[in-house]
Amino acid sequence: MRPFDYQRAERLEHAAQLTAEANTLALAGGTNLVDLMKLQVETPQTLVDIGRLPLGTIADEGEGLRIGALATNTATAVHPRVRSEYPVLARAILSGATQQLRNKATTGGNLCQRTRCYYFTNIDQPCNKREPGSGCGAIKGIARIHAVLGASDNCIATYPGDMAVALAALGATVEIASERRSRSVPVRDFHRLPGDTPEKDNVLEPGELITAVTLPAPVGGIQLYRKVRERSSYAFALCSVAAVIDLAEGRFTRADLAFGSLAHKPWHDPRITDLLVGSEPTLALFDKAADLLLEGARGYGENDFKIPLARRTLAAVLCEATGVEP
Amino acid sequence: MSVHLKQDQPDNRNVLDTMVQGVIGAALPRPEGLMKVTGTASYAAEYDAEGLLEGVLVTVPIVCGEITMIDEASVLGMPGVVAVLSDERMTGRPAQGMAGEAPFQPAREVRYWGQPVALVVATTFEQARDAAKHLKLQWRVEDAPLDPKTAETEENESTRVGDLAHAMADAAHTVDVVITTEGHASAAMEPHAALAQWDGKALTVHASLQMLKFNRAELADSLNLDESQVRLLSPYVGGGFGSKLGVSQEVVAASLAAIQLGRPVRVVMSRQQVFQTIMRRSETHQRIRLAADAEGKLTGFGHEAQVSNLPGEDFAEPVLQSSQFLYAGDNRLLKLDLARIHRMTAGSVRAPGEAVGVQTVEQAMDMLAEKIGIDPVELRLRNIPEKHPAKDKPFSSRKLAECLRKGAKAFGWEPRPRTPRHTREGEWWIGTGMASAARVHSVVEAKARVILRPDATAVVETDMTDIGTGSYAILGQVAGEMLGLRPDDIDVRLGDTDLPPGSGSGGSFGAASCGSAVFLACDGLRKELAKRLDIASEDLTLKDGVARWDGGEKALNEILGSEVIDCVGHFEPGASTEDVTVSSYGAFFAEVAVNRWTGETRVRRMTGAFGIGRVLNARTARSQCLGGMTWCIGNALTESLHFDPVDGHLANCDLAEYHVPVHRDVPDLEVLLIEERDAAASPIQAKGVGELGLCGGAGAIANAIYDACGARVLSYPMTPDKVMAAMPKV
Ligand SMILES: Cc1cc2nc3c(=O)[nH]c(=O)nc-3n(C[C@H](O)[C@H](O)[C@H](O)COP(=O)(O)OP(=O)(O)OC[C@H]3O[C@@H](n4cnc5c(N)ncnc54)[C@H](O)[C@@H]3O)c2cc1C
Ligand code: SF4
Repeated sequence: MRPFDYQRAERLEHAAQLTAEANTLALAGGTNLVDLMKLQVETPQTLVDIGRLPLGTIADEGEGLRIGALATNTATAVHPRVRSEYPVLARAILSGATQQLRNKATTGGNLCQRTRCYYFTNIDQPCNKREPGSGCGAIKGIARIHAVLGASDNCIATYPGDMAVALAALGATVEIASERRSRSVPVRDFHRLPGDTPEKDNVLEPGELITAVTLPAPVGGIQLYRKVRERSSYAFALCSVAAVIDLAEGRFTRADLAFGSLAHKPWHDPRITDLLVGSEPTLALFDKAADLLLEGARGYGENDFKIPLARRTLAAVLCEATGVEP
Repeated sequence: MSVHLKQDQPDNRNVLDTMVQGVIGAALPRPEGLMKVTGTASYAAEYDAEGLLEGVLVTVPIVCGEITMIDEASVLGMPGVVAVLSDERMTGRPAQGMAGEAPFQPAREVRYWGQPVALVVATTFEQARDAAKHLKLQWRVEDAPLDPKTAETEENESTRVGDLAHAMADAAHTVDVVITTEGHASAAMEPHAALAQWDGKALTVHASLQMLKFNRAELADSLNLDESQVRLLSPYVGGGFGSKLGVSQEVVAASLAAIQLGRPVRVVMSRQQVFQTIMRRSETHQRIRLAADAEGKLTGFGHEAQVSNLPGEDFAEPVLQSSQFLYAGDNRLLKLDLARIHRMTAGSVRAPGEAVGVQTVEQAMDMLAEKIGIDPVELRLRNIPEKHPAKDKPFSSRKLAECLRKGAKAFGWEPRPRTPRHTREGEWWIGTGMASAARVHSVVEAKARVILRPDATAVVETDMTDIGTGSYAILGQVAGEMLGLRPDDIDVRLGDTDLPPGSGSGGSFGAASCGSAVFLACDGLRKELAKRLDIASEDLTLKDGVARWDGGEKALNEILGSEVIDCVGHFEPGASTEDVTVSSYGAFFAEVAVNRWTGETRVRRMTGAFGIGRVLNARTARSQCLGGMTWCIGNALTESLHFDPVDGHLANCDLAEYHVPVHRDVPDLEVLLIEERDAAASPIQAKGVGELGLCGGAGAIANAIYDACGARVLSYPMTPDKVMAAMPKV
């Protein structure tokens, strides 16, 4: 860990002003950032502690729900409206990390958590995300946890989180503020693909902070979060699926799906929704949905298995939601 | 007073059973348990000292080569930095268990990725850590083999009896299968740490170590000191599992710094350093061949394995250890090859050998049972040999058949041939599997002093360690039983080289070896009391501080007055274990659920039945078995060291990415301790328990996976991707 300055922001504008400076990072729960600082993956000169900003509330917003950037993962997961009206979100959060971590982890920090790529977290290895231009160690290395969708030759990392996958399925929006302006971005567009600039995980600009995530009016339906992992807790997903599904008269009336740990962002493909809605659920249809999902999928040896795994996990979720017998 | 025994004869007297205090074997809590769970038991890094400095090891990101320059000036000006050490005596590797001499020096010769080469010492830990990352080094890189599949190998061990190829050709049923396992880490909770102090003549080191007698010799040799100048203290050790058998780099580095700077120095490894520089269990590539007649009697048994280690290291994961004698078969071929590759030192990780060598045989046995069409338990029962199949030696007490039968009963095992995919619950295939357990027994030299006071209290002293296993509890119980005292009135002092040298904790021999030393010391004290009473010691009964004999009784203080007496027990293994094959045995039964879509496997319940000789404490023995069975789950399903194919570094070097089982992965585990007295094993008839619980159990899980879903996975760990790929198409 490099020595650093610590400042506590008292107001949002102040925090935004401070984090606009070079080599400055916001500190929320610290469960990701502090680990990375110990490994010298993150080497901020200044840490701006935003923990005291009044961004922790979870409140109704119209028919929807506004979850403050500093609401803890635990608070969100146990919120009565989240549990009853957005269960996919509660399930996704509870499938992540551990109780202790969720007690500290925040909405904003969770969205901004960095990849678990082994080469990213080891400063003695090449990594374009950590050190642009140094190369990608994973592409010829241990790529077991890496992306099969939307990767580039510069970076095959995944966004590893769970919560954002559910938010993407729910069509949530990220509220962003800087000193001068505020804007909102759909969660589905918040994270980006690596392309030539893998150092940028998401669309936040320097000085921009997440202030909240807003959920649209609840839609009900069957909500599932399915996370495939090596051990039953305290492990990141090999592949995950968030699903918000409704059926009427034997046909899909809603099929909002998002996929985790397959790409540099929670993966959402509107074509899958278009394919499913209006159709009768059958195994053949689920296979077609998987074809769409995995069109252009590419494995890097060690992670080839993610391609069939994604297909099977999608089928599992759709069977569970629709009652189709495999 | 002292009593010495070199055990050349089995001891059938079962002396402990003739005592009347009634504490041996009792499920007593650990005397130090409360301190541990309330944080008042201090571990190596938790001590403090006046003027304490902090050291951080500097590691290099090359796999092989030489450090040509260490630019001390690059960090000496940094805040708080006191010194940079790169002394010739710095060690690059941990010492192997019971080495008793310095490990690989000098550290500047780099042989694996992440080897420590220097130590930066500063006033605070944070300053030292920062400076360690800034230290400028230059090196020369050499090419080095990284892949065990293509590296050169040397033959390490082989047994050839009869003609296996012929037996295979003639057999009614055969199995010929290759199974692989990946590298494992000990992943002990407490990271390696040392706090060294030098007073100008003598060195005192608080460290996290398992075998102090050997560690003192290793450290003295590393530093060119006399052993008498070194004192090691490890009263509490937060898990070792083999990783603390020998001194490792931080102990030597902290000591050197303390000597050079004349100030106390603490060095604690980061979690990543522990993973990258401490002993690994080698990956293995194993071929098993079984030949059986129509009734399922083995006529041929083949087990060939390849393991790896660094050049210059003698240790080769002894994969074949129990294969030598577990099952019959007149025609035998056992062969172990060692590949020389540049990964961190391979050494003892809990149950070296059997932890990966039994489960593969047990998978092959499952395949054989299927071919013959008999119950897998029955196949094992038919193949328990009468004598060591290669050496014609009889066995000492052996509870394998009883463990198989009693374990099957407790588990509710259905005695039928297996046909997979018989039960499904929703998305989950349910299946059961079993395996035998075996682990060679050994005892080593150990000394212990027991001090008996007239107020009916006693002190037990030995440098033996308690690495979470229960040494404090059991040694107090042995003494309590022998001397007729309540264990609460016995103060057990461990983990200090100023005390008589015990066995240390390793190879499951600590309890039997040190327990025997305490037993002998108490025997000496009993004789002394009997002498003073003018009776034969056999006629003496001791209970609750009172001596009784035919016709009389006296409290200890009446016998001793105000005198304190003591005796050193000195146990040495002798011929008693040479003429017979001594081993502990058991059986595992597991039920798993395998997800039909994803191949995710969850163990639903598991039963283990174990014959471990005399049980010294039913609670701590059970805990050892529970721990072993938990390791089986990790071994079967999740644990694997991932080495980068390009530069050989270890990629998953923390507890988030090296997947040991979490609570949710560990279901109800049932442990049956089968009563046994093994006269050849030790004077207290006890054998090892610490490792047996993981010798084979992963095979039971593998067999259950097959029974559940029809996936015969031949590569550990059986992660979802492998199970999914091996599942038959529906
Ligand atoms: C061992 C382990 C296992 C885990 N397992 C899982 C898992 O299974 N699934 C899962 O989803 N997650 C998992 N996590 C990750 C965990 O969810 C994240 O660490 C946590 O959500 C981060 O939140 P935080 O508040 O602690 O963020 P911090 O560590 O404080 O910050 C993380 C990043 O976000 C930035 N940031 C924080 N708040 C804001 C804001 N308001 N605006 C802009 N930037 C901001 C910080 O500058 C920093 O770059 C795991 C973590 C660990 C350590
Ligand atoms: S995959 Fe991305 S994060 Fe990982 S090493 Fe390559 S560039 Fe770095």
